[in-house]
Amino acid sequence: MKLATPPAPHEIAPNSVGRVMRLVIYALVPAIVMHVVFLGPGLIVQILLGVATALATEALALQLRRQPLWRFLSDGTAIITAMLIALCLPPLAPWWLVVSGTAFAILLAKHLFGGMGANPFNPAMVGYAVLLVSFPAQLTQWLAPNISGLQTVHLGFGDVLQTIFSGELPARLTWDAVTSPTPLATLRTQLALGQTMQEVRANPVFGILGGRGWEWINFATLVGGIWLLAMRIIRWQIPVALLAGIAVPAGILYAIDPGSYPGPIFHLTGGAAMLGAFFIATDPVSAATSDRGRLIYGAGIGVITYVIRTWGGYPDGIAFAVLLMNAAVPLIDRFTVPRIYGHPP
Amino acid sequence: MLLHSHVRGGLQLVGHKRRSAASVRIAAAPAEVILALDQHTGLPAIALVKPGDAVAMGQPIAQPQSDISAWVHSPISGRVVAIEPRPAAHHRGELAPSIVIANDGEDRRHPANAPVDFASMDPLELCEHIARGGIVGLGGATFPTAAKLLQARACAHIHLILNGVECEPWISCDDLLMRERAHDVILGAHILCRSLGAAKCTIAIESDMPEARSAVRAALASDTASNIEVASVPSIYPAGGERQLITTLTGQEVPADGLPSDIGVVCQNVGTAAAIARWIRDGEPLIRRIVTLTGSGVREPVNVEVRIGTPLAQLIEDAGGYQQPIAELIMGGSMMGKTLPHDGVPVTKGTNCVIAATAADFHERGTEMPCIRCGNCAEACPASLLPQQLHWYALGKDLDALESHGLLDCIECGCCDYVCPSQIPLTQRFRDAKPALLETVDSRTRANDARLRFESREQRLTRLEAERRAKLDEKRKAFKDAR
Amino acid sequence: MILALLVTAALTALLAATLLLPAQLSAAGEARLIERIDALLPQTQCGRCTFAGCKPYATALARGEADINQCPPGGPSTMIALAALLKRDARPVDPKFGVVPEVATVAWIDEPACIGCAKCIQVCPVDAIVGASKFMHTVIAAQCTGCELCIPPCPVDCIEMRPAAARA
Repeated sequence: MKLATPPAPHEIAPNSVGRVMRLVIYALVPAIVMHVVFLGPGLIVQILLGVATALATEALALQLRRQPLWRFLSDGTAIITAMLIALCLPPLAPWWLVVSGTAFAILLAKHLFGGMGANPFNPAMVGYAVLLVSFPAQLTQWLAPNISGLQTVHLGFGDVLQTIFSGELPARLTWDAVTSPTPLATLRTQLALGQTMQEVRANPVFGILGGRGWEWINFATLVGGIWLLAMRIIRWQIPVALLAGIAVPAGILYAIDPGSYPGPIFHLTGGAAMLGAFFIATDPVSAATSDRGRLIYGAGIGVITYVIRTWGGYPDGIAFAVLLMNAAVPLIDRFTVPRIYGHPP
Repeated sequence: MLLHSHVRGGLQLVGHKRRSAASVRIAAAPAEVILALDQHTGLPAIALVKPGDAVAMGQPIAQPQSDISAWVHSPISGRVVAIEPRPAAHHRGELAPSIVIANDGEDRRHPANAPVDFASMDPLELCEHIARGGIVGLGGATFPTAAKLLQARACAHIHLILNGVECEPWISCDDLLMRERAHDVILGAHILCRSLGAAKCTIAIESDMPEARSAVRAALASDTASNIEVASVPSIYPAGGERQLITTLTGQEVPADGLPSDIGVVCQNVGTAAAIARWIRDGEPLIRRIVTLTGSGVREPVNVEVRIGTPLAQLIEDAGGYQQPIAELIMGGSMMGKTLPHDGVPVTKGTNCVIAATAADFHERGTEMPCIRCGNCAEACPASLLPQQLHWYALGKDLDALESHGLLDCIECGCCDYVCPSQIPLTQRFRDAKPALLETVDSRTRANDARLRFESREQRLTRLEAERRAKLDEKRKAFKDAR
Repeated sequence: MILALLVTAALTALLAATLLLPAQLSAAGEARLIERIDALLPQTQCGRCTFAGCKPYATALARGEADINQCPPGGPSTMIALAALLKRDARPVDPKFGVVPEVATVAWIDEPACIGCAKCIQVCPVDAIVGASKFMHTVIAAQCTGCELCIPPCPVDCIEMRPAAARA
C-alpha cells in the first residue's frame, strides 16, 4: 500500500475565486436591469464590448507573462472590471471609450503590477479616471431617464448601435436633444448659479429621494449589495463606513444650511454612491486588510467623495476617492493590525 | 454554567460523527505489539528490557529519560522479540526505535501494579505515582501528564478544566468515553483535583453531544463532592483548542509566551482523566485507549478500545477491512490529522482517530491561485491573526514581519485553509516558515543572554578593580601616617 | 509670478533643512543609535573586530570610526543589517578580521587533561566556564558564544571547539 501524504488540513470548503466573482456578477444584475429600463440598452452593448476587450487584453498579458491562460481567464476578475467600467460610462459613449479604458485598466493597472491579487489600485477606477481626465466631454453625454416628462426623444436599439459604433448620432438627432446632465451635475450647475436647494429640488429632474430614475438604479444596486452581504462575499465594514462617510458630513452641512447643501439621502441615491459602496470599494485586492482598517478605508472614501462632490471639480468623486484611499492602504494596514490572542493590547 | 466569552473566529463544520456512534467495541489483543519509545512529547524513554525477556501485562518496559518523558508499559504478556527501528505513525511512516513484543495470549498481569488510595496520598506523591502509570495527554498532544501537574502545582487556586470538546470532525472517541464511562472521568477529575490542590473543576462538553452531557450529569448526581460542574461549549471548530477553551470558559487569555498555569488553569483531556482513574483504581497503567475508526473506506465506522501498539492494518482488518480503495489514511481528525503512506504502523498513545478516507469524503482541493486579499482567513482565525499577511511575508521570507504578525501564535488549526477561495495551502506554508523564525528568535534570546552576562562581568571586574585600588590607597595612606 | 517663485524657493529651503540638518546627532541620539547597532550584533564578545566586545564596536560604528564588515561571527547577515541601518554600502566580511564560521561552535574542555589553573575562566567574556583554582573546569555549552578567547591562555591545550548541539 502506498498512499499520497498531503499535509493537513484535509477538509476544504467548496469555494473558489470563480465562485466569488460569479456571485458578484449576479449581484450586479438588478442594477443593470434598472439601468437598461431607464437609460436604454446602450449599457448592454458597452458591457459586451468591455468584457470582450478585458478577456482579450488579459489573454495577451498572460501570454506575455507566460502564465497559464485558462486558469486566470476563467476566474472572472477581468469580467467584473469591465462591467464596472461600463456601468460608469454613458450608455451612448463611443465604442473606443470603453475599449481603451478597459484595456488600460487590465494591462496597466492590473498586470503591470503583478496580475491577480497584486494590484494596489482598483483597476476599474484607474481605467475610468484615465477616461474622465482624457475625454471629459464624452463622459458628460448621459441620457435623460426614460420617464415621461424628462425624455423627449426615443432611441431604438438600431440607433443605439449606430451611435456607439460610429461615434455619431443618427442624422435626425442632435446631442443637445438626446443628452441630459446627471442629477448630480444638474445640482452642481444650479447651485453654482445661485439657486437654493429648495429651488433646485423643484426641478423635474428630481424625484422623491434623489434624481428620478437614478434613485431606482441606486436602489437596485443596494439590493444587489445587500444580497452580496448576506452571501458573505463582502463584509459590512466598507459599505457601511463609506455610506456613513458620505451621509454624516452631508447631514451636518444640511442641518447647518439646508438652502445650500443637499441632504444625506440625496447623496446616497445619486451618482455611484451605492455602486461604489458595495461593488467598487469592496474590491478586496486594493482594500485594507483588517476590519478596523476597512472601516477607516471606507470612511475615507466616503468623506473624500463628499468633499469632491461639494467643493471639488467633478460632479461625482467616487473614482478619485477610491484611488486616493488605495494609496493610503499600506499606511492604514500598518496601524490597524489586530491584537493577537495572548498578546498585550 | 454561563460561558465567559464567545468563540472567536472558527468554523461550523460537518461532524461526520453520527456514523461512529455505536457503543465501544473491545478489540482482541493482537499477536504482536510495537511500542515506539518516543510516542510522547519530550525525550524518548529508555528501554529496560532486552530481546528474549518475558514481560507481563502492565509491566514497565521503558523508563523516562528526563523530567519531560514518560514510562512505557507492555500492553500484553509475552516475550520481547526485538528492540529495533520500526515504522511509526508519528513519524509519518518513517522508522523510530521500538520494542516489539509477541503475545502469549494469557494477559498475565504485572504483580507490582496495585490500586492505591489517592484520597489519603500526599498530593506530590500522587503526581509521581501518576507518572509511573505512563499517563500522557490523550487528546493528541501526548504531553507527560505528571510533568504538567508538577509544574502547575506551584500555583494557588487552580481551576481544572476537563476537555470533552471534541471539536474536530470525524473524531468521536471522547464522546463515547463520556457516554459509557462517565464514572471513570469523574474519578479522574477527583484524582487530578487532589494532585493539583484544585478547588474547582469544569467538564467542558460540546453542545452537539447531548448523550455525553446527560451521562456525565447522571454520574455527577451520585457524586458526593460538589466541586465539579458541566459546561456546554458551542460546536464550533476549534473551540476545543486548549487556549480557546480556557478563554471561552474563564474569559482570560493565556499569555502568548506562557502556559495555562500562569493564569491558574490546568486543562486535561477527558480520556487522560479516565486513564488516570484506571491506574489509581485498578492498577492498570496506560496500555489501551479508545480509537475512532471511521471514513467511507471502512465497512462500519466504530469506536474500538485497542491495546497500544496494535498494528493499524490489524485494527482495520478486525473491523471488517477496507470497503473500497482509499485515497488517504489519516491519523487524527480531518483538520489536523497526519496522513500516513501505508497502514503498517502501530497505534500509539496519541492515536485518537483513524480515517480511512475515500475520494468522496473530502472536497478536492483546487489549484492554488494568488491571494485575492478577501479576508476570509482573518475572520476564521481563532488566534486573531492575519493569515493573509503571514502568507505574503512567508513568500517574501520576511522573518521580522512574520514575528510581529504572530506566526509563532498560529495553532495550525487549518481554519484559514478551509475558507480560502484561492485554495492556498496556508497552514503548510506557516509550518514551513516556523523553523527559520524559531531559529532567529532562539539566537536572539541567546545573544541577549550573552550580552547580559558580558555586562555583569564587566561590572564585576570594574568593581573588583576599584576595591583593589581603594585597598592600595588605604595601605599607602596608613604607611604615610605611620611614618 | 515672482511671488510664486519666492514661495516655492522658501518651501524648498524649509524642506531641505528638515531633511538635512538632523544629520548631526545629539548625545541622546547617538546613545540610541549605539543601542540599535548593538542589537544587531551577535554578542559573541570575541574581539575579532579589534574592539573589546560588541558594545565598543557598536560605539565605533556609530561614530564612523569602524567599518561594517569587521564581524566574522555575525557573518554576511549582520553586515547587511548594519548596511541597511547605517546606510552604507554592503561589502563582504573582511577576512583579515577572521573567518566567517560555517557552523556554530562551542568550547569543550577535555576534563582529564585540565590542570585547574583557572586561566580560561578569567578570560571568558560571558562567564560560561565553571570552575575554580585546582578544581575541575567545564564549559556551560548553552552559555558559550564560541568566541574562542579561552583557547590561547590554556597552558595544556585542553580546550577545543566543537559543533554546537542542535537547539531543540
